[in-house]
Amino acid sequence: MTTTLEKAAARPTPKSKRATAPVITATGLVKKYGPIEAVKGIDLEVHAGEIFGFLGPNGAGKSTTISILCTLLRPTAGSATVAGLDVDKHPAEVRSRIGLVFQDPSLDQQLTARENLEFHAFIYSVPAAERKARIDEVLEMVELGERADSLVMTYSGGMRRRLEIARGMLHTPEVLFLDEPTIGLDPQTRRHIWSYLRRLRDELGVTLFMTTHYMDEAEECDRIAIIDGGKIVAQGTPDELKAMVGGDVVTVTTSDNSRAIGEIRKLFGVEASADDGALRFEVADGAAFVPRLVRETSVEVKSVAFRRPSLDDVFLKLTGHAIRAEGAASVDQLRMMGRAWGGRR
Amino acid sequence: MTTTERTIEHARAERAARPRPNPAWSTGRAIYIVWYRDLLRFWRDRARIVASLAQPLLFLVVFGTGLSSSLGGAFGGAGGSLNYMQFVYPGIIGMAVLFSAVFGAMSIVWDREFGFLKEMLVAPIDRSSIAIGKALGGATQAMIQGLILLVLAPFVGVTLTVGSVLLLIPFVFILAFALSSLGVALASRMRSMQGFQIVMNFLLMPIFFLSGALFPLAAGLPLWMTVLTRLDPASYGIDPLRRIVLGAAMPSAAVDKMGLTLFDQVLPMGLEAVILLAFGLVMLGIAIRNFQQRD
Repeated sequence: MTTTLEKAAARPTPKSKRATAPVITATGLVKKYGPIEAVKGIDLEVHAGEIFGFLGPNGAGKSTTISILCTLLRPTAGSATVAGLDVDKHPAEVRSRIGLVFQDPSLDQQLTARENLEFHAFIYSVPAAERKARIDEVLEMVELGERADSLVMTYSGGMRRRLEIARGMLHTPEVLFLDEPTIGLDPQTRRHIWSYLRRLRDELGVTLFMTTHYMDEAEECDRIAIIDGGKIVAQGTPDELKAMVGGDVVTVTTSDNSRAIGEIRKLFGVEASADDGALRFEVADGAAFVPRLVRETSVEVKSVAFRRPSLDDVFLKLTGHAIRAEGAASVDQLRMMGRAWGGRR
Repeated sequence: MTTTERTIEHARAERAARPRPNPAWSTGRAIYIVWYRDLLRFWRDRARIVASLAQPLLFLVVFGTGLSSSLGGAFGGAGGSLNYMQFVYPGIIGMAVLFSAVFGAMSIVWDREFGFLKEMLVAPIDRSSIAIGKALGGATQAMIQGLILLVLAPFVGVTLTVGSVLLLIPFVFILAFALSSLGVALASRMRSMQGFQIVMNFLLMPIFFLSGALFPLAAGLPLWMTVLTRLDPASYGIDPLRRIVLGAAMPSAAVDKMGLTLFDQVLPMGLEAVILLAFGLVMLGIAIRNFQQRD
């Protein structure tokens, strides 16, 4: 066994073609709520030790998909396996192999962090002999050891999230599902949480499956699937997806945008779209393009910027609309209010 | 093979080596921890324990004193020399059990609203353990609330013996269990706190008024009311409480005369306990079935 492993280690394997069996698969997954089809046939494959991101706007079907994979909902059609087990046929076995961090808080605020973890250890059958050590270990991991015996209601939003992640890891799951793990948290706390998540993968070999509608968060994943309107529109590494946009994204503001669109089409053969008073289009080489643009157009160029494509651009190109569509921000605020309300209890 | 992949292999081997828990054992542990958590929260919230004694006390002191004065003595039939306060005292103990058992079940709706129910529902346990743990948790709290009221016995003029208190405990527990299971069965269907409160008020008051807590369910009631009082599960719990609490200081013939009748037969207390237990188990069965359904 060791020699085989060593041989395998000596041979460099390309990251995208790992030999490991998929930990999560979904085939033609459909979920209907009455006449509404929330998930319209999803196919997925996630490999061991991967950080897999599920990117899409609110209401795209992310939470429904994750709920099916976690055995909380039953699929209307299609099938899914987690850790090699069918989620619909063996829900209890699947549940014992996965950890879950919900989008909405699910801690008992009237108990201490340690009591919350003890409860979890009991219902997940963590052996009594390991219980205390495991609890201390996960608390240490998320740096809550010193506050272990304070009531959760005295915790900040970031501390609660960390405690939820610690709880999800308590029973050493193979896969940790996280539904919008950093929603409503400040940037510093988000960075902190990401460093814990990477440690889980690197040190414990846990596969992470997360949903997000934050682009910068999706960039951190090994692979992502973009979901919109209940369907997966693209799947791959962030770089692969960004390559789909092709070249650089140029943003220009001019004295006369409608004339500029016509000229850019005529001169360079690209179609610019007007968005929020600025023009946006893609070119192969931004650095070489900017001087030409200024020299050759007759309209006054007020500002020009170009950058490598982001996942925002990928999403816009694939779906025709921006991910942070109207309402997304207010949903965030509502969730925050929900948490604040929960915290006041 | 990368470090990550080696870690995965290692973690997988470690998991495979771990013994699989026995399902019956894990259900038992889950029931225990669900019960334990409810009691821990109950104990933390001592202000609530005291506050929830206010209502029964109000009933006993104001209602009891008022009616004792206007009705005079000789309550509870011939041979008895009870005043109304003494008569209603075991009924008020039953009331405390009834209200706290059913409101204990509200913690399920509460847990649903604040997300903790999800933590239980996704756990790799048989969901029956959630229903059983919650029913037992609510029953234990209600039993404690009811038994606390026993300290009032000297003020009401009721003599208790060690034997009668020991006998009381299982009967109070069965009443608490039956009503707590009813609450859990209802709460397992409820999605909002308001909904639960409306249903509870709609059910709880009739259960209380028809249970014989406030007046004897003896002959002389109109037929419709006799039927309703016999359909009320709480009747079968409050009657034995009264017979035990008042029995310590009364001739047993007088106590038996007071007992709940069904088709003109005074029911033995054991049979009343069996009826109540059966009701509780049916309710618990409904609750278990509701918890086991997945969308």
